[in-house]
Amino acid sequence: MAETGRLRATAPSAPMIGPVTLLRAAIILGVLAIWEFLSHSGWLYRDVVPSLVAIGRALLELLSHGDYYFNLGVTAAEVGFALLIGGGAGVIVGIIIGANRFLARAYEPYLYYLGPTPKIIFFPVMIMYFGVGPESKVALGVLSCFFPVALSTAAGMRGIDRILIRVGESFRANSWQMVTKIYLPAMRHPIINGVRLGLGVALIGVLLAETKLSNKGIGFLIIQAYSIFDMPRMYAMLIVLFVLAIGANALVGRLGGLHTIRRT
Amino acid sequence: MSVAVARRSGSYMPAVAGLGSLLVFFLVMEALVQSGMVSRFIVPPPSEILGSFGRLFVEEHVVSRFEQTIVECLTAGVMLTVFGIAGGVLMQRYTLLQRACETWVAALASAPVALMYPLFLVIFGRNSWTIIMMAFVSALPPVILKTIEGISGTRRVLVNVGRSFNLTPSQQFWKILFPAALPTIFVGVRLGLIFALINVVGVEFLINYGGLGQLINDLSERYDLAGTYAAICFVILVSVLFFMTLEKIERWLRPVD
Repeated sequence: MAETGRLRATAPSAPMIGPVTLLRAAIILGVLAIWEFLSHSGWLYRDVVPSLVAIGRALLELLSHGDYYFNLGVTAAEVGFALLIGGGAGVIVGIIIGANRFLARAYEPYLYYLGPTPKIIFFPVMIMYFGVGPESKVALGVLSCFFPVALSTAAGMRGIDRILIRVGESFRANSWQMVTKIYLPAMRHPIINGVRLGLGVALIGVLLAETKLSNKGIGFLIIQAYSIFDMPRMYAMLIVLFVLAIGANALVGRLGGLHTIRRT
Repeated sequence: MSVAVARRSGSYMPAVAGLGSLLVFFLVMEALVQSGMVSRFIVPPPSEILGSFGRLFVEEHVVSRFEQTIVECLTAGVMLTVFGIAGGVLMQRYTLLQRACETWVAALASAPVALMYPLFLVIFGRNSWTIIMMAFVSALPPVILKTIEGISGTRRVLVNVGRSFNLTPSQQFWKILFPAALPTIFVGVRLGLIFALINVVGVEFLINYGGLGQLINDLSERYDLAGTYAAICFVILVSVLFFMTLEKIERWLRPVD
């Protein structure tokens, strides 16, 4: 009680806006001011740096059009399917490789070194296999997100406390029960971490594929804005996309309880 | 001795199994394509892909394309090393700045920065600078974050040794903090260089300009399937060798406990 009282007593003396918030606000305002100055200076090609008013107007126009939400839905569905298929396959392969040292030493180096290679170069092959529709974008997303999820799951599998596995064995749990009751709950954090990484690369893979060859999706809208040189619209789309991507990433981490790791 | 030999010979078994299954996969694919069960207009036979490698060197000038890609990647690497380390040091030096901006840098790392390439095309034009700047911006966050982590993680005893010698802040940085943080900083530079290579090849492919990425785009647009597959294999090979080299350098820099 005494501790609580002391905390309450000191609370009102804290400033309303901290120095960090002030600095952040100053940086944002400074960047916006420089941007606005550049847009009116004529130093850069016209419309390369459009005025903030034009970007704001484009942002409002974008968000008030149903067409944008349709394309957002297409991209979200492609990324969702990619994550489901690639992430699911990654978890299965990760569990198999993580559970067996021989398999890990035989195949993990391939996963490890193929993981960071640029996946977009497989797009021509994906078009050959799956056509020019959304399937090829999903396939590229699957290829992109499979590796981080598989590697993260395999590492998580190896990090499971032996006691938990022995508990499962002493209860004579079958393979399915071991996976669902012991392995997956114990590997929650590494899997969610892998899914987070997978989500990021799947999103990039799908969007880049859409910019290359597509007739719907956010990537298509961005490249369309580029081809007609509608810069305010392009900036508006990039802003929305960045906010959504960062938000989705934070949400996956939060749902998976990653923010609690340090405290537990 | 015999145990060591057995252990050593045993350690080759997984690698042999891995390579063996890769070989079996190629043989099965060859049989499937040759028998017509898999269309050769979708998947060329592996023997044809293997035969196309020579063509890549003679007709497609893959070596000069490789040089261009590596030069773009290393230019981005130099830029992100200089600006990334400087940014990290600055943020670590001024705690308020670090507290205000570190979250933004981390958020930038999770944002699809690669999607900004049309914007960079408008700003820099269809040339190498678009590719270099894309690689630079995408790869900057890990260098900054790892620099902060490395300097903040310098052992207290080392800092105290510097203080006891009455080192100036500059000497303290160059003689104590920077050398101690170098292994961690290089982890960031290694990650940055990997991101840079991914982005360089990716943007080359997307804007159809430059080295190896453009080669894949060119070959696929010509519907030269065997050539496309061979070029993809070449890029994978180059990427893997690049990562291995960086790992070796990182291991060399890591202090021995």
